[in-house]
Amino acid sequence: MTLSSASYQQEKGRFVPVMKDILARPSGRIGLILVFLHILLALVSPSIAPYDFKLQNSALMLSPPSAEHWLGADHLGRDILSRTLMGGREALLVTGIATPLAVMWGGFIGILFGLVGGRVDEVLMRVVDAFLSLPWILKMLVLIVTFGTGIGVLIPTLTFFYGIPVIRVARAATHDIIARDFVWAAKARGHSRISIIWRELLPNVLDTLMVEGAMRWSWMLLAFSSLSFLGFGVSPPTPDWGLMISDARGFMSFAPWGVIAPVIGLSTLIIGINLSADALAKALGIDRAQKAPM
Amino acid sequence: MLFMLIRRVLLGGVTVCIVSLIIFSGVEMLPGDACTQFLGEYQADDEILAQCRKDLDLNRPAIDRFAEWTQGAVSGDLGLAADGKTKISTIVGDRLKNSLLLAFCAMSLGIPLALLLGVISGLWRDRLPDIIASTLAIFAMTIPEFVSATLLILVLSIWLGWLPGIVLTSAAAPASEFFPEILLPVIVLSFVMCAHIMRMVRSSVIDVMASDYIQMATLKGVPYWQMVFRHALPNALLPAINVVALTIAWLLGGVVVIEVVFNYPGLGRLMIDSISDRNLPVVQSIALIVASIYVCVNLAADLLTMIANPKLRTMYMRKQ
Repeated sequence: MTLSSASYQQEKGRFVPVMKDILARPSGRIGLILVFLHILLALVSPSIAPYDFKLQNSALMLSPPSAEHWLGADHLGRDILSRTLMGGREALLVTGIATPLAVMWGGFIGILFGLVGGRVDEVLMRVVDAFLSLPWILKMLVLIVTFGTGIGVLIPTLTFFYGIPVIRVARAATHDIIARDFVWAAKARGHSRISIIWRELLPNVLDTLMVEGAMRWSWMLLAFSSLSFLGFGVSPPTPDWGLMISDARGFMSFAPWGVIAPVIGLSTLIIGINLSADALAKALGIDRAQKAPM
Repeated sequence: MLFMLIRRVLLGGVTVCIVSLIIFSGVEMLPGDACTQFLGEYQADDEILAQCRKDLDLNRPAIDRFAEWTQGAVSGDLGLAADGKTKISTIVGDRLKNSLLLAFCAMSLGIPLALLLGVISGLWRDRLPDIIASTLAIFAMTIPEFVSATLLILVLSIWLGWLPGIVLTSAAAPASEFFPEILLPVIVLSFVMCAHIMRMVRSSVIDVMASDYIQMATLKGVPYWQMVFRHALPNALLPAINVVALTIAWLLGGVVVIEVVFNYPGLGRLMIDSISDRNLPVVQSIALIVASIYVCVNLAADLLTMIANPKLRTMYMRKQ
């Protein structure tokens, strides 16, 4: 067993080998390409969408795919292709901001209490358990219904609730690393506490947090689109896949194209994130097989 | 061992207490109270508000009301809904029964299937059955429930016309009346839960089959299937208990989206409806029930794992 922190030694230029490892796996390659395409699409979709996403045309109501409107039109006569192209922007924006924030605050608290330990830590873990035992949708809906929908409420709400499970993960990882030989070795070498935390603990816990963040991202996206589907996410006429599926569901028996396009958009993004997260976990050598579902 | 069991049970109790505290103080901290929400649409003036608060006993300190609420909850009396007339236990009772029915049906279809698929794909790792099952599992785990539900309605109910796509039975109807409407939500739920359990079982079967004692058994010449059934599976299925427990807890409390999609009158839809109507007493009660179920199911799983696994049992004993 090596007596110095494995990841610290490779810290220089670690990004490139990890990326290479991810891209060497077919699942990682597909995942990263999907995520990259979706981010690119979110950036350029306003300029490539063929029609205005909120332009209503009663003549086109629920019309099937045609030469002018490739994917048909929805129940208000809006172009489905334009709305599908732009349907991921809000979701990516909200989850893209909330995920790193959640991992940061959850990770900070988790590492801190993992280091402090003792009775404070014990009490905190009971509170975390208590929060985790409440269904996510109930916690979030209560806040959203009270304070209103919109990005200003959704981002803090998602950040708060998705940071709580991160506390647990970061704390467990801290406990795990602290007991390793290289930490003992650093202590024996006479390194200061700060230096051990900074140079031995953090680089190793960060690996776990990165994988956790990638997984949280896909769960958060799931939560966001479910909220939109239930009518608590984005407000119309903003195009969003969850909301589009919910709107088009009622007309599914005679206009199924309205459901299929957003379903493909949402599924490819979530599958892409999951495949990338899996590949990242394997590249960093973190076993996620034992991970329980949300 | 006994000490460990008692400790686990006590910790579960503490968690439920903290949950009730979080629920109560969370609702207290929200702007407005039951009266402003109930009377809000009538533009209530101060006098009516004061009268309403007096009627609903809202003038007493929060600690008193918390004590009363928890006492009631322990004895099964959840108090009155926001309209001040309906008893929460009657509203919640029917819905809880329906949620249990849905969860029971999904479990009896999903768990055996998941164990079977998990063992098959673990034993034939990276072969065709494993590749098909694992790919399907990734889809089932990642795609949002409302997407898979919508697609299944489209295919099974609209295009093929095999199953009814929506539940029209009322909440108070007896369980038998929910058939065959319940089948499609059951299929979706078991599809999702099957994926989680299957992945877990698969990786644990792979671990166990690679372990030393299985190799030893092979070298000793134990027939393959006897080895699988007698030596490998009992150990490989142990870790599945916890995943099964989490899935059960999820089934009993978190299937809001599925219930909305299929219009199923369970606890999840009651939760959404009461949140939308700001019927906070009902929301509090549901939160407490669901959290208690979650804690109990996880506790049961932990205890079961401890009892079933001699290694864990002795590990705890050695620690003390």
